[in-house]
Amino acid sequence: MTVTNQASSLAERAARRTPAAVAVRARGLSDRAVAWLFILPTMLLLLAINIFPLIWAIRLSFTGLMANLPNPAGFVGLDNYIDILTDEDIWANFRVTAHFVFWTITLQILIGLGLALLINQRFRGHSFWTTVILLPMMLSPAVVGNFWTLLFQPQIGPFNYVIGFFAGVAPSSFSMIGSVALAPWTIVLVNTWMWTPYVMLICLAGLRSIPDYIYEAAEVDRASPLRQFWSITLPMVLPFLMLAVLFQAIQSFVMFDMVNLLTSGGPGSVTETVSITLKRAAFEKWETGYASALAVILFVTIFGAANVYVRALNWVKQQ
Amino acid sequence: MSDVHAPRPFSEPSPLARRLAAAAVVLYAVIAILPLLWIGATAFKSQADAIAYPPKILFTPTLEGFVDLFTVQTHQSHDFIAKLPPPATWWEKIARDRDMVIAGPSRVVERFLNSLIIGFGSTILATFLGTLAAYGFSRFRVPLADDLMFFILSTRMMPPIAVAVPIYMMYRWLGLYDTRIGMILLYTAVNVSLAVWLLKGFIDEIPREYEEAALVDGYTRLQAFRKVVLPQAVTGIAATAIFCLIFSWNEYAFNLLLTSSEAQTMPPFIPFIIGEGGQNWPAVAAGTTLFLLPIVVFTIALRKHLLRGITFGAVRK
Repeated sequence: MTVTNQASSLAERAARRTPAAVAVRARGLSDRAVAWLFILPTMLLLLAINIFPLIWAIRLSFTGLMANLPNPAGFVGLDNYIDILTDEDIWANFRVTAHFVFWTITLQILIGLGLALLINQRFRGHSFWTTVILLPMMLSPAVVGNFWTLLFQPQIGPFNYVIGFFAGVAPSSFSMIGSVALAPWTIVLVNTWMWTPYVMLICLAGLRSIPDYIYEAAEVDRASPLRQFWSITLPMVLPFLMLAVLFQAIQSFVMFDMVNLLTSGGPGSVTETVSITLKRAAFEKWETGYASALAVILFVTIFGAANVYVRALNWVKQQ
Repeated sequence: MSDVHAPRPFSEPSPLARRLAAAAVVLYAVIAILPLLWIGATAFKSQADAIAYPPKILFTPTLEGFVDLFTVQTHQSHDFIAKLPPPATWWEKIARDRDMVIAGPSRVVERFLNSLIIGFGSTILATFLGTLAAYGFSRFRVPLADDLMFFILSTRMMPPIAVAVPIYMMYRWLGLYDTRIGMILLYTAVNVSLAVWLLKGFIDEIPREYEEAALVDGYTRLQAFRKVVLPQAVTGIAATAIFCLIFSWNEYAFNLLLTSSEAQTMPPFIPFIIGEGGQNWPAVAAGTTLFLLPIVVFTIALRKHLLRGITFGAVRK
């Protein structure tokens, strides 16, 4: 993942030795001009569409603006932040989000790593089945989430029918979406179904990066398969697994599409993750200032956590 | 990657272990794929079959769902329909068999068109900008290159809903709300970070000697880029473009919040495909199937580059 390329090319060195004006006449644009000409448009677009709105959001977060009202609202200082951080409901939403992130990550690691270990046995047809398993991850979470509502219908849904058949209960006796007890697990289930392939694919890359001679040496030392797993496979796969967890933790922390269409936060607010709260505050109650403050809190949480995590990842890589 | 046929006396799994592993993987794959197969099957069911109890696995296939998806129909009395001239097309016949008369095309065509225009527009722009920037970062000494690359990556970590609030304000102000050009610009900005990271990896793999030879032969930098680097990077560019297209095609949150009708794409629209008396599941399934099918094809085409694409080039095999 290194970015700079130390070895400067022959042409670059030659260009730097000639005076700039001569270089331009001799070879068209100078290398430096080409570099900036190539990079600037991307930077400008990102500044306009990502950074400018971010700064705007920070400014709005100190106001009581309601975007659906004509007159601009005044400066309210830290009121929005104090409101959010002292609101028991917001903390409940963070707890819902934490439950969701924790369980989907745990299940994804267990199933994803397990599948990767199995696929790494290289049985015949393994690449075909790997592709089949990967499909859910590539599809639109919104469109698929919407369709899961049919699968989960208590009366007519095949999911309830199959579970009812094997568990020996009536299919209409439970509702995956309508029940307060089950709904938080329903979003975990669908998210795990969708994103386990992601963890699996990255773990598979990790497993394939382990050279055979390490296992051969372990065999010579008569290390048991379990011991080989703990002292060779797992440590070698760990950096890959941690990378997958980083991407997936961010992904599920801000997950909106699937939850919005599957449960839209309900019943009550038992599946109301922070993204759903934010969407309701910003686009249903139109409390723009308040929503901006919540958005800023989300940014800070993600960047702070990701930063700590990347340090941990680098530490593991060095071990 | 090691050669499968090479003799590997130590780590070669036993035939039994292999067979058990295969059985477990196939079992998972079949269970995981069932919901998708169910969507495909529902697309060809009649409305009654779609909501039958117990759920029907065997049914007579029909194209009712597709006809309902693409047309607006009105309910008419049996006598009225008997007096009409015979149906001119097969879809009119399907509608009339259920006492319906086709009144015109539905809005789904516009939504599909929006998905295509916005998807391809943003993909072309993001891939173009991304190729230029990736080449810049790959071949030149850019001051603060590490920081700039990290900045580009970090824009992708922002939660869409959080960014949507200020972008909504900005787009209202600029008149970009509910416009295709607004959505294209937004998706380009989101995709360009992926494009730069992926393409930098691909371009780094092209030996510099090719360009240097071209420069010695009197090519300018731009000519060397166009005639030497681009042809070498074509596979990488194509893979990157498909990843960008998949993102734009699948995106839901921004489109839901930043459009109302003119620039709405399929994902926010599909849940609102409803028929008389509740959700028309065959029509929803038909729309979902048509929407997902291209992605299934792309996923199979992209198999070899998938790992790179989903990790921003961090893992390359």
